[in-house]
Amino acid sequence: MPKKNNMTFKIGGEAGQGVESSGAGFAKALARGGLYVFGSQDYMSRIRGGHNFYQIRVSDGPLYSHTNEVHLLLALVPETIERHKDEVVAGGGIIYDEGLEMDEEGLERQGIELFPVPLVKIAEEVGNRIMANTAALGAAAGVTEYDFERMASVIRDNFAKKGQQVVNANLEVARRAYDFARERYAADFDYEVEPVEAPPRMVINGNHAICLGALLGGCRFMSAYPMTPATSIIEWMSAHAARYGLVTKHTEDEIAAIGMAIGANHMGVRAMTATSGGGFSLMVEALGLAGMTETPLVVVEAQRPGPSTGMPTRTEQGDLLFMLRASQGEFPRIVLTPGTAEQCFHAGWRAFNLAEQYQCPVIILIDNFLANSVRAIERSKFHFVKVEIDRGELLTEEELNQLSESYRRYAITETGISPRALPGHPKAVYVACSDEHTEDGHFEDEDPENRVRMVQKRLRKLEVAVEEMRAPTLYGPEQADVTLIGWGSSYGPVREAVDRFNEEKDKVNFLHFVDVWPFPKDKARPLLESAKRLVAVENNATGQFARLLRAYTGVEVDDKILKFDGRPLSPEYVLARL
Amino acid sequence: MVELKEYDSPVRPTWCRGCGDFGILNAMKRALVRAGLAPHEVIIYTGIGCGSKLPDYMTVNGFTSIHGRPIPIAQGAHLANHGLRAIVVAGDGDTYGIGGNHFVHALRRNADVTIIVQNNRVYGLTKGQYSPTSPKGFPSKTSPPPEGAIDQPVNPIALALAAGATFIARSWSGDLPHLVDMMVAAIRHRGAALLDVFQPCVTFNRNYAYDYYRPRVYRVGEEKGYDPTDHDAAWRKAHEWGERIPIGVIYRTEGKPAYEDQVPALNAGPLVKQPFRDWAEEDYEILEAEFI
Repeated sequence: MPKKNNMTFKIGGEAGQGVESSGAGFAKALARGGLYVFGSQDYMSRIRGGHNFYQIRVSDGPLYSHTNEVHLLLALVPETIERHKDEVVAGGGIIYDEGLEMDEEGLERQGIELFPVPLVKIAEEVGNRIMANTAALGAAAGVTEYDFERMASVIRDNFAKKGQQVVNANLEVARRAYDFARERYAADFDYEVEPVEAPPRMVINGNHAICLGALLGGCRFMSAYPMTPATSIIEWMSAHAARYGLVTKHTEDEIAAIGMAIGANHMGVRAMTATSGGGFSLMVEALGLAGMTETPLVVVEAQRPGPSTGMPTRTEQGDLLFMLRASQGEFPRIVLTPGTAEQCFHAGWRAFNLAEQYQCPVIILIDNFLANSVRAIERSKFHFVKVEIDRGELLTEEELNQLSESYRRYAITETGISPRALPGHPKAVYVACSDEHTEDGHFEDEDPENRVRMVQKRLRKLEVAVEEMRAPTLYGPEQADVTLIGWGSSYGPVREAVDRFNEEKDKVNFLHFVDVWPFPKDKARPLLESAKRLVAVENNATGQFARLLRAYTGVEVDDKILKFDGRPLSPEYVLARL
Repeated sequence: MVELKEYDSPVRPTWCRGCGDFGILNAMKRALVRAGLAPHEVIIYTGIGCGSKLPDYMTVNGFTSIHGRPIPIAQGAHLANHGLRAIVVAGDGDTYGIGGNHFVHALRRNADVTIIVQNNRVYGLTKGQYSPTSPKGFPSKTSPPPEGAIDQPVNPIALALAAGATFIARSWSGDLPHLVDMMVAAIRHRGAALLDVFQPCVTFNRNYAYDYYRPRVYRVGEEKGYDPTDHDAAWRKAHEWGERIPIGVIYRTEGKPAYEDQVPALNAGPLVKQPFRDWAEEDYEILEAEFI
């Protein structure tokens, strides 16, 4: 493996030491050098103490995943070394404060280079020991001989809000640690990083990609209740509300959040909410309300391990079947499970079109790993210019003016989709009704024949929607001995596992699903049936997608690779089980 | 000029004969006409219960929703289109029980919605269980004798006052002119308005029907020296109960900004009428720059 521009940095420390902020900043510094990065974080559900880490992988070529091997470990506390020393490769290194006691012999026997640096001393001399994380990253850049100016530019941007003094202090700390480490250790360390000429790339995570998609897709309203790992969505939308004329509301609870979003959509404003499993559980009744009243709605569910409070800061794919079935009764919904930031962006705007076209709830189901991991991606990969707004059967002012008979909000049509009037026009006065109702929205919770017609009308929408649901994408060779199946964020780790496997052995390929409901069974079945051996790869304990597959295609997978320790899939995890 | 008959509907209410909801329905139509609002300029959000079928018996925009939840739906809708008057009509269980959380927060936000509560002090549609406003000791199948309801009833006026409501009034189904006056005042108030309406349930709560309220209610508006802008007086009035029950405007304060007045995006008019942005290259560059 080449040792230039191809390595993983890992910074670890207690909550409160700035592991995430400095790690994310370093990822940006590398991206500003034209390099591809994959940044992932691991943190505990606490504000101080414990142990968190941020892992940054850098490469000359596009990255879709982290990998388990670490080449440079930055330890802000001894625990980092205890926890992660076995991930460090022979020839890799550990940067740590020279004051820390450690088992030097043991580490040296593993072939690990030790790089003690006066991190705390430098930070304190300049002004505050909290800057030890900046020192560690400065040292990391020094040891790998990376261009200091890229780091400096990120430090200037990140600390600008805190004033020039803080900026200068951090620059000073970074510079001193950089010089110390470079002078003393760079020659002994085989791994190096050098900027390359490349177009600028955005370092962005799944949550923010959804925000961009929603924003460009005409979302003007978001109501939500903070819940890890979805919180950064409403935070971003709120930060941008002034500039883009958005209305955001942090509500009293999740029921109010979905309620407000339904109300806003009913009036004709594209509105969304975002939450995690526990919050979604509270929203379940209202989901059915949207289904029954045929109100468009976009809900983002960012999964974390359950059940109940579970592991708030960790990741899992445990809510798939829940999304498909939540709420009493039978009504159409659409579920998308994007697997990359690009797919999150696309889902972000497409969801609103689908919601208005089919007048039903659309769920974007992601997870902590996808919500928070960052990759360096060229803007062009998002296709901003291709964003389209399609409002479905929305009646225009002219059409409303020309209505000759009394308006029926739930008019039965061939597609099941009724022409939709927004409240406010004198010719379209109607009641949206949560009870079973007639075509004009009046209560009709008794008549059996009307009931059958209305149920069929609503469900018929799914038969139309399924035509738009895309087949899974095939990654890898068309012919393979093993076909891996995944959905959502398994995309990155499995894709890399496929690449690495195919370098050496017989062929494996990968079917990845984003459109999962209504299930595109006609498009999926031929791909599944032509596979020699099917292995489902899922970040849950019960293989939910495999069960869905069997239910809707009759195809049973041959094996499953499941991971449910609260941590994301990795290429190594998959490869070890192939 | 809107006429009363524009609000009429051929749909016959399913309410029992003598139900207080008839009074509320009749008053609502008259109040909307008096407020100069046509059916397409209003939207009535309801929850679940006998009374929540009200929009079905009128010609008006409506949204019959789920139990306890019309208030957030109305707020979200009003933020999206404040060109329509948002009125919530729901029962005491819906508003003070299951919807209690939303009730308190809408008031403290001073959201510009009118909340009219059909307070019959029982759960009627589910056939007679006690409600948040049933008196202590109220016997029902979920609060059987000898104890009856162990809970103290909610005091909606005091609760609303403590939550920061800027308009609190009370009326009852047996006094149509008063009820219309109160509805008009509540609808016209800018900010969150609560109108608690005693609504006799002649089937499941005969002890608290017309002959209970008629001798007890009195109009605070006719009480010499009662100043509804006096918060302390309102607090005392909120606790008046028993043989004399105050109705009328218990508390009001004008001039406090409604929630919607403080949302910058709405300065340009109703959100739903604001066009989709025409994205230009420089917009894309700004969005991109944030992540580089």
